[in-house]
Amino acid sequence: MTPEIARLVGGMLAGDKPSLARLISLAEDDSPHFPEILEMLRPRLGKSYCVGITGPPGAGKSTLIDRLVAVIRSRGLSVGIILVDPSSPVSGGAVLGDRVRMQRHYLDEGVFIRSMATRGSQGGLSGGVQAAVSLLAASGRDIIIIETVGVGQTELGISGIADVVVLLLVPESGDDIQAMKAGIVEIADIIVVNKADREGAERLAEQLKAAVAPGRTKAVPQVITAQAINDIGIEALYRAIEKRRKGR
Amino acid sequence: MRDKKVRVLLAKPGLDGHDRGLKVLARGLRDAGMEVIYLGLRLTPEQIAQAALEEDVDVVGLSCLSGAHMVLFPKTVGLIKEKGGGDILFIGGGIIPGKDIPGLEAAGIAMVFGPGTPIGEITGFMKERVRRRGVDNQD
Ligand SMILES: Nc1nc2c(ncn2[C@@H]2O[C@H](COP(=O)(O)OP(=O)(O)OP(=O)(O)O)[C@@H](O)[C@H]2O)c(=O)[nH]1
Ligand SMILES: [Mg+2]
Repeated sequence: MTPEIARLVGGMLAGDKPSLARLISLAEDDSPHFPEILEMLRPRLGKSYCVGITGPPGAGKSTLIDRLVAVIRSRGLSVGIILVDPSSPVSGGAVLGDRVRMQRHYLDEGVFIRSMATRGSQGGLSGGVQAAVSLLAASGRDIIIIETVGVGQTELGISGIADVVVLLLVPESGDDIQAMKAGIVEIADIIVVNKADREGAERLAEQLKAAVAPGRTKAVPQVITAQAINDIGIEALYRAIEKRRKGR
Repeated sequence: MRDKKVRVLLAKPGLDGHDRGLKVLARGLRDAGMEVIYLGLRLTPEQIAQAALEEDVDVVGLSCLSGAHMVLFPKTVGLIKEKGGGDILFIGGGIIPGKDIPGLEAAGIAMVFGPGTPIGEITGFMKERVRRRGVDNQD
């Protein structure tokens, strides 16, 4: 352990955000120091609850997180948020834009937001996500939220990291429901039909309740309709998450 | 180790409502292999500073078309430095009269790029300065 890293870990544990931010960068860059850092933090892990939010591009994931964070904060719990967007396969660069929807939380001491690019890893996540979750947990965040990139069927990485997986769909997703059954729907603990201000949300919710039950190994997911943009359904989602957090 | 990427935060402090130019720059930087945290518009210096620190960026790019750059740029830079982001590279853009540039440089803005600057010029400057910073950090 270099003195610099010891200083960063000490700073992070004392609540210093720049130290936490720099450690997350080391995790993202897969620094050779990282295993040692994790070993040191191990006794502090296990208290946070990790919520994965996944769903097709534009379903309203970032908007929903913004609203959900307001509810979580009103209960006095602290939050860490990891927002994952895809890297360009051509240049390796990325535009990470999810944060734009969460501006009102920037100055809240109880909220830490970090954007990450996938950097070529599969599964709708970035290679550094697991390590970043550990750092946020060690820094004492009560709830950690991960937004994955818009998923297809094969991108199921979130289920290995999150304690609860929330799948966001929109009324138009109904057309793909047969195809979805085989994939991401199977790993969801909670399904939110967002944009319920549009035609077809109730129908999709009913379809989902009927479709996801047979032959499932996991418990049947709870289905909630919501309008993230109008702050509707967010309390119900919070309660569904909280029930699982308390019951673990 | 995975590749270290240059991370850049782009933001518009203040009240002007145009971010098309900044979005074009964001895509240009992405195409040059950088990771751009796009923060959007109508932000306070405090909000930008907090985001820059949480995102641990190498570069902060500020753009302003409203004429308030002489207040908003120095304030943002000052807050970030004060909170521990002293090694971040700052660049400015937007509509900035030449007479204001020395004052902005004195406040810590390394370079001001006017409208229509080729993106290659901006990425070239950033890569050179960030690389130097990396080398400086090693000793
Ligand atoms: N009509 C309607 N629009 C919504 C609702 N929730 C979010 N939106 C809009 O949907 C668009 C996409 O929202 P985001 O929150 O960026 O969606 P996202 O899933 O995070 O998108 P990506 O990260 O790009 O995959 C925005 O224009 C939102 O305003 C809703 O309940 N109803
Ligand atoms: Mg998003």
